[in-house]
Amino acid sequence: MTRPTAMGDWILFICFSVVVLAMPFWLAPFGADYPDLMQKFAIFGIFAIGFNLLFGLTGYLSFGHAVFLGVGSYAAVWSFKLLTMNIVPAMIFGIIVSGVFAFLIGFISLRRSGIYFSILTLAFAQMSYNLAYSVLTPITNGETGLQLTLQDARSLDAMAGIEVTRSLPSTTLFGIKTSGLPGFYICAVVLIIAFFIAMRITRSPFGTMLRAIKSNQTRMSYTGFNTRPYLLWAFVISGMYAGLAGSLMAVTDPLAGAERMQWTASGEVVLMTILGGAGTLIGPFIGAVFIKYFENIFSSFNEQILHRFFDALPDGLENVLVSVTSLFVGEGWHLTLGLMFMIVVIFLPGGIMEGVRRIGKLFSRKPEKVVAKAVEASGAQS
Amino acid sequence: MSTENVVLHVADVHKSFAGLHALSDIDLSVREGETHAIIGPNGAGKSTLLNVCIGRLKPDSGHVVFDGENLTGKKPHQINQLGVVRVFQTPEIFPELDLLENVMVPILAKRDGSFKLNLFKRFSSEAEVRRQAEETLVDVGLGDLGDIEAGSLSRGDKRRLELAMGLAQKPRLLLLDEPTAGMARHDTNATIDLLKRIKARGMTKVIIEHDMHVVFSLADRISVLAGGRIICQGTPEEVKGDPRVKEAYLGEEQV
Repeated sequence: MTRPTAMGDWILFICFSVVVLAMPFWLAPFGADYPDLMQKFAIFGIFAIGFNLLFGLTGYLSFGHAVFLGVGSYAAVWSFKLLTMNIVPAMIFGIIVSGVFAFLIGFISLRRSGIYFSILTLAFAQMSYNLAYSVLTPITNGETGLQLTLQDARSLDAMAGIEVTRSLPSTTLFGIKTSGLPGFYICAVVLIIAFFIAMRITRSPFGTMLRAIKSNQTRMSYTGFNTRPYLLWAFVISGMYAGLAGSLMAVTDPLAGAERMQWTASGEVVLMTILGGAGTLIGPFIGAVFIKYFENIFSSFNEQILHRFFDALPDGLENVLVSVTSLFVGEGWHLTLGLMFMIVVIFLPGGIMEGVRRIGKLFSRKPEKVVAKAVEASGAQS
Repeated sequence: MSTENVVLHVADVHKSFAGLHALSDIDLSVREGETHAIIGPNGAGKSTLLNVCIGRLKPDSGHVVFDGENLTGKKPHQINQLGVVRVFQTPEIFPELDLLENVMVPILAKRDGSFKLNLFKRFSSEAEVRRQAEETLVDVGLGDLGDIEAGSLSRGDKRRLELAMGLAQKPRLLLLDEPTAGMARHDTNATIDLLKRIKARGMTKVIIEHDMHVVFSLADRISVLAGGRIICQGTPEEVKGDPRVKEAYLGEEQV
């Protein structure tokens, strides 16, 4: 095992930044280079990176993290409605409000660990989801979702003399419109900052304590640590990440609905983190990109595209292949995702990152050992 | 018994599990700087006594006082922060962390207290903590293994690592639960040597031990526990000569 060095971390950070900022170029061959999808990659990347700070480091599996995503969105939209269309206050407001929510939910849920903790977070999430639809309608606007209107106060904008006349105002970053490609770059920069902070936290004494808690929590208390505040802070920080992701959703599309808090959304971030590699720095981001890509690209495949794909084959075979593969695309993309998830969890429990590590090891090994391994592998196959 | 310099005082402690008296009328004083061994046959209540001392178990009555502070009812981390450190019988380490981290974490607990939100400093660039941890690893004979994941160590080495984790905190009172159980003779002797060296530094220790060789080469005073009671207390010579002890315990082993 080699200890991560400061140098190595900087290299990783620079590579990560380059890859993220260059997304419009390298995603083009995959048909995923449109701003809408790339914004999603960045936003869910932030969500998953934050989730990993809790789950990956402490091992506490929250099943209700989408609450903070939803809360962040609502808070951001309210900031647009009441203060200004500038996105900076909206993001700060989103982070703070979700942090407060995370503190309250974490304070209670962290009285238990393991499956009971997961159930408690799930219960809170469902509670919040239902409240958003019922009692809290004045704040959340219920099923319609919270939207901007022409009558909104926007006090800061009004003070600055920005008048809204006929059409709804759009979100800005000090005058720069935040839709389309600029919107993606804003999300990308926020993602890079979020990644940097997550990296520092992971390598800090605090992060090491969290890993030690995951490794042996009882031992931690006999070592003189009060583990509760450590866990609570991890929960709050990770909730703030989710809130930031939620507010970015509102930044790119200024409306907020309760469906963002549904348990499926909470489950999705768990899938992303595990698929990419829990506890690793870039794994959660890779998982987020993977899942969002499949959700958007695979689901848009239809039979015509498949027919075109298998065009070269004889008619009978083509029809069979199309009807089989059509189960896995379009509406059936969840089936593909499920299969992929099963394969990863069974064969690569450390997620995609473990696969990358294994391949890396294979190449860095001494040649004769690789040969021996290959012989061994072929022996096992026959 | 003189009461001068008593660091740990276990006063009139009772503990029973579902009607079974695990400990009754336990009165025990450990003096500053001494190595106090607690011996006794299996099931005598030795581990229960240790667990009461570190707050893992709450006594039914009586109390444990360390340096004027009542330990009863305190949480484990609070007791540790007072300087009472326990080394467990089954090694309790952080298997997923490497050896150096395993030892650095306890040192940070001593330096920073039970909680500190230390977010942006690099853990591995805590130079002073790292130096102390490396020193302690050398002390227990694991000096060149700092980069290895602790979970991959042999059982004997895990126990040494845990000892290092305890020693690294420079505790005022170290409680050792059978530090040499399951070790080969060679390792046992190495551990005895190590514990003797610590003794020279004036650290107060309470040792629970089966191995008479270990007990008589380390202990200043011995308490013999049988059936949840202390039946005899004194220097190794006094204990050796006591007929009740021979009957309860030593007779089996032919010292």
